[in-house]
Amino acid sequence: MIHKDVLVIGAGPSGLSAAIEAGKAGADTLLVDLNLKAGGQLFKQIHKFFGSSAHHSGTRGYEIGSLLLKQARDAGVEIWLQSTVIGIFPGGKVGIERGLDNGEKDLVTLKAKTIIIATGASENAIRFKGWTTPGVMGAGAAQTMVNVNHVRPGENIVMIGSGNVGLIVSYQLMQAGCNVVALLEAAPKVGGYSVHAAKIRRAGVPIYTSRTIIEALAGEDGSVCGCVTAAVDDHFQPVPGTEETLKCDVITLATGMKPTMDLVKLAGCALKFHGPLGGYVPIHDERLETSVKGVFVAGDSTGVEEANTALDEGKIAGISAAEELGYISHEDADAMRSEIWSRLDSLRLGPFGERRMKEKKAMMEEYSETVKVPAAFQ
Amino acid sequence: MSYIKTGYLEYSELESLQTLPDEKRYQEGPVAVIECVQNIPCNPCEASCKFGAIHIGSPITNLPTIDTRKCIGCGNCIAKCPGMAIFVVNKTKGRGIASVSFPYEYYPVPKVGDKCHAVDRKGEYICDGTVSKVVNPASYDHTPVVTIDIPIEYANEVRSIERGYQP
Repeated sequence: MIHKDVLVIGAGPSGLSAAIEAGKAGADTLLVDLNLKAGGQLFKQIHKFFGSSAHHSGTRGYEIGSLLLKQARDAGVEIWLQSTVIGIFPGGKVGIERGLDNGEKDLVTLKAKTIIIATGASENAIRFKGWTTPGVMGAGAAQTMVNVNHVRPGENIVMIGSGNVGLIVSYQLMQAGCNVVALLEAAPKVGGYSVHAAKIRRAGVPIYTSRTIIEALAGEDGSVCGCVTAAVDDHFQPVPGTEETLKCDVITLATGMKPTMDLVKLAGCALKFHGPLGGYVPIHDERLETSVKGVFVAGDSTGVEEANTALDEGKIAGISAAEELGYISHEDADAMRSEIWSRLDSLRLGPFGERRMKEKKAMMEEYSETVKVPAAFQ
Repeated sequence: MSYIKTGYLEYSELESLQTLPDEKRYQEGPVAVIECVQNIPCNPCEASCKFGAIHIGSPITNLPTIDTRKCIGCGNCIAKCPGMAIFVVNKTKGRGIASVSFPYEYYPVPKVGDKCHAVDRKGEYICDGTVSKVVNPASYDHTPVVTIDIPIEYANEVRSIERGYQP
């Protein structure tokens, strides 16, 4: 059986930075990801990132992805791609369906002294009449099509949801040559940063707040040819008589995300519901250790935020795993973590971050009250 | 705060939320106009200004403030702002003409001399304009900064050009 000091599951921003820290500290580190390429969502992010210089601000996401991949290689991290973790068992045994160079798959069982789960988040959908019509897709899918595969999903897009994902993907669809007909937001105000909204407004995209989609219309070929929208009341219910029809061939949904929980559930980590973090999340302490000893979490899988916070959480998890194994002294690990925590705290200030900061702190308090000391994986 | 509903700032709203150059400063030469009004964690504009005219400090969620006495209107901050929220306005070109510089990440990249439709913050046509400068060095990392000449009375409203416009 293969033995590893640290297994990192998920090679997005948090998984990569966790693996880099663990590898740098000298831990024998394996990073696995089910995709063809490492980098998670970073290679879809063609825009310049926000944040501070410590977070590569002003650098485009895909460039950060390339930088992290190089750092991971330099840190001696082993990377398996097209490799899916299919089971986590007591004693740190992990089943992996491993992609091989010849395109075949092999089933591997390995034993990891510590595990860092960084599996990210998945998109929420909303239901409406005709929501399964071809041409209705997640905003993330449309973003993958234009930015990774260089294929336009269609010509005329209606975007649902005004969070940063809806605003940024609208912009990127226009950069790819699509026309964004309108952006609808059921809430009475724009959810994402006003600078992102301003960018698409001056490109001529109308934003309709307090309005949502109630039906996708299909044309003769069975795919989307338009949609019916309606104003919503204070309880998000469509107001009869306010229906309007928009012509479009693609409807993209940017209606929030929730943490991907399959593996933390398998590992038996204690979960708690935290709405502002996207739903159920594995609770963790300030070392990002879950209720299960030696199992750490980082990034969106422990609360949907953004790449900067994921990068920093990944670092903390990587440092803590290396500390757990004695590669970093407790004093050094504490000092490294406290520097990162103060940076994380400043990222979570302001009207957008505060709610998440409060929720994260509440979650860590729950941990210290209910878990106290992580238990061995049963 | 209508921008939270509509997605764009009216100039009067912007004036109440950000420190903008006054008319006297506009008469002295090109100057940056920062249209960033929310406390988001972001600060590359601060480091982008080699004249030290932009300040954010700590915490990183502070709004950027500009010292218009130090700003020379070079426009380096335009391409560095990830929110694409900084513009340079020059009201000293004479003959009733002003120029507005803005980031523009769409194809085709405009060329000097191109006629264009100047649009306001909500993307509506304001006036005709002419592209007078396009700056796109490697350091801007694929964010061309386009400058257009327009009638001076629209200098506080014009913020981009209609995409795909062909005269």
